[in-house]
Amino acid sequence: MTEQQAGLAGDIMENGVAMTVPPGFSIDRREGHTDEYFLNMGPQHPSTHGVLRLMLRMDGENVLEVVPHLGYIHRGLEKIGENQTYLQNIHLTDRLDYLSSHINNLALCLAIEKAMGIGVPERAEYIRVMVCELQRIQSHLLWWGVLGMDLGAITSFLYGFKERELITDIFEEMCGARLTMNFFRPGGSFADVPDTFIPRVRAVVERMKSAIDEYDTLLTNNVIMHLRTKGIGVLAAETALAHGCSGPVLRGSGVAFDVRRSDPYSIYDRFSFDIPVGTVGDCFDRYKVRMEEMRQSLRIIEEAAASFPGGPYRSKKYATYNLPAGSYYSQVETARGLLGVYIEADGGPKPYRIKYRSPSFANLSALNDLAAGHKLADLVPIIATLDVLIPDIDR
Amino acid sequence: MEPIIDTSRFPATNAIGDFIRAILPGPVAELANIVLAVLAILTVVGLTPVALIWMERKVAAHFQARLGPMRVGYHGLLQPLADGIKLIFKEVMKPEGADTFVFFLAPILSATASFMVLTVIPFDHHLQVTDPAGGVLYVIAVAGLGIMGVLLAGWSSNNKYSLLGAMRSGAQMISYEISLALLMLLIVLLSGTASLREIVFSQTGTVLDWWIFKFPFFGIIAFVLFLISSTAELNRAPFDMAEAESELTGGFTTEYSGITFAMFFLAEFVNMFMAASLTTTFFLGGFLAPQFGLASLDRMLDAIPGFLWFFLKSYSVIFIYMWFRWTFPRPRVDQLMNLEWKVLVPANFLLLLIAGLFVVMGWA
Repeated sequence: MTEQQAGLAGDIMENGVAMTVPPGFSIDRREGHTDEYFLNMGPQHPSTHGVLRLMLRMDGENVLEVVPHLGYIHRGLEKIGENQTYLQNIHLTDRLDYLSSHINNLALCLAIEKAMGIGVPERAEYIRVMVCELQRIQSHLLWWGVLGMDLGAITSFLYGFKERELITDIFEEMCGARLTMNFFRPGGSFADVPDTFIPRVRAVVERMKSAIDEYDTLLTNNVIMHLRTKGIGVLAAETALAHGCSGPVLRGSGVAFDVRRSDPYSIYDRFSFDIPVGTVGDCFDRYKVRMEEMRQSLRIIEEAAASFPGGPYRSKKYATYNLPAGSYYSQVETARGLLGVYIEADGGPKPYRIKYRSPSFANLSALNDLAAGHKLADLVPIIATLDVLIPDIDR
Repeated sequence: MEPIIDTSRFPATNAIGDFIRAILPGPVAELANIVLAVLAILTVVGLTPVALIWMERKVAAHFQARLGPMRVGYHGLLQPLADGIKLIFKEVMKPEGADTFVFFLAPILSATASFMVLTVIPFDHHLQVTDPAGGVLYVIAVAGLGIMGVLLAGWSSNNKYSLLGAMRSGAQMISYEISLALLMLLIVLLSGTASLREIVFSQTGTVLDWWIFKFPFFGIIAFVLFLISSTAELNRAPFDMAEAESELTGGFTTEYSGITFAMFFLAEFVNMFMAASLTTTFFLGGFLAPQFGLASLDRMLDAIPGFLWFFLKSYSVIFIYMWFRWTFPRPRVDQLMNLEWKVLVPANFLLLLIAGLFVVMGWA
């Protein structure tokens, strides 16, 4: 047995039977843990949202320790990226966090633009902001529906999808795809938005305003919902910061950090929007933050649609984008938090090394702090309000 | 307090039974009648899930802004048949290390228990297999058998998720049995009889004589409590901790497939019908036609056979169960137990006290 294996797995005695402790647990072997057992949750489990695998150390219904296991959807996107041109890499970013495709595209485009000094026309900036905010709403709608379904209210899933479908339709008309959308290019987007874009966006904004109130009636104000989420999975602000959490998870703990505000990219500094923050840091705070974020995104979209300018949708196109040697970094606020793109360029058309800093990975690392000590049933809203996306973690 | 039954309007025997008794000698006729009655109940047991599966899928669909099954038959009417055929022809699998005998006994127990309760339900004044004087006690006793099926299923599956589900449902169903029994006792106390048929007749009169209204104000509270308790007793969403699929994948049914799963499925739907028919019998006047005190309207409503009223009322209650299921999130299992022991049981005892007062003072 190699040293690594010995460190990962060890045997404990349970009722005289040797029991293998799965790797990753901080279990004390000297004490008798006769009432405890290990439960494997996932990768095929309805509420681990994809292929997240959790090993749980349990005592009856109580969760004592959670160890996430990753890698079930690892595709090596960063390694593949080294053999693709920068333009081709944009297409790979769709597959990071497939619910924030446009925002991921934007992150890479920003890095390329920064490296090559490419300007972006006014109209393209407006398109970017509107599309990104629509994407955020679309992502939060799926999250809202799935949260309801995880809590047993299956109807909310279909209600969420009803409005989500309208946004997906806009994206489909715009770029041809309904999932893993791809639209942005360095200097703008690959095409102009269709004429129907603004009217359709306006219609969605109008519809969404009443729809969010409807969601509040269905789920937010439900007493069982409060029972299940209030005081559950409390994440202290210091812990959240220590784990590098970002996005609604961090804001739910009361830290008003939003890349759109603290490091404004594109033209976010021109729009007025609030950054909702929670007070306690429990599941309900994270829930409220996301619900409010949808309203704030609607505000941004409405403001942008009102002053949507004409003009070109893209600055000068290049056949190849050869980034000058050096390292470049850009960061954006996806629906899940801070997505950073780090490029080490060697002057050629392909990156020497490309690294994505994904929000879900950092957010998931806080899982044990949130879930330990709660019931098995509480694990479900905790995972749901962390809103981790496994392809974003594994990459 | 004994309810007076107008036997000329509501004879206890029906035409088929009378005919058998006329052509066959006494004991043989009774035996033949029992066989016929059991066959009739089996038909109800067989057809109820078919109707309810279709209803559940349609109700769910329309709550969720979609159409539901539309392809198999007119508006998906034959969908339950297709589902059933699929389940029957699927391979029955048994996990390694499962206790074979108990594993296959459990679904049979579950299905049998729900079937046995139906024998005392008065579908109409002449449609009841048997009417024991302690019918309510029989219902309480037999309904408890269903828990055995669930517990054994979870225990014998050799699966941690199944075991968790079974332990949850064991605790849950035994607890809610208590408040359900207390509510049945409440009606027994008010009507002065434990026979289900006589309980129905104790509600003769207008709509206001049904126990939901006859026991002023508290009747409605008792009705709501009965709905909540029976939803929990049925293991139905929002109280479906035993099979909470987002936590326990399939709960106690995780390892069941094909016809063994279908048995649990069948038991679940028959149980729902059973709970709804008990609600109808205890609170909504059973098979009695609603009377509003308007002579011409009442005569028209009275012309509709009692069993149709019974099914109409039961299915309305079932609709409420479905409404619950497709609206509410699921509470946690300890919260559910808190609700039972800290709210429902004390409330039920209080209701019993009030009912006792009403009976002693002769108000009800």
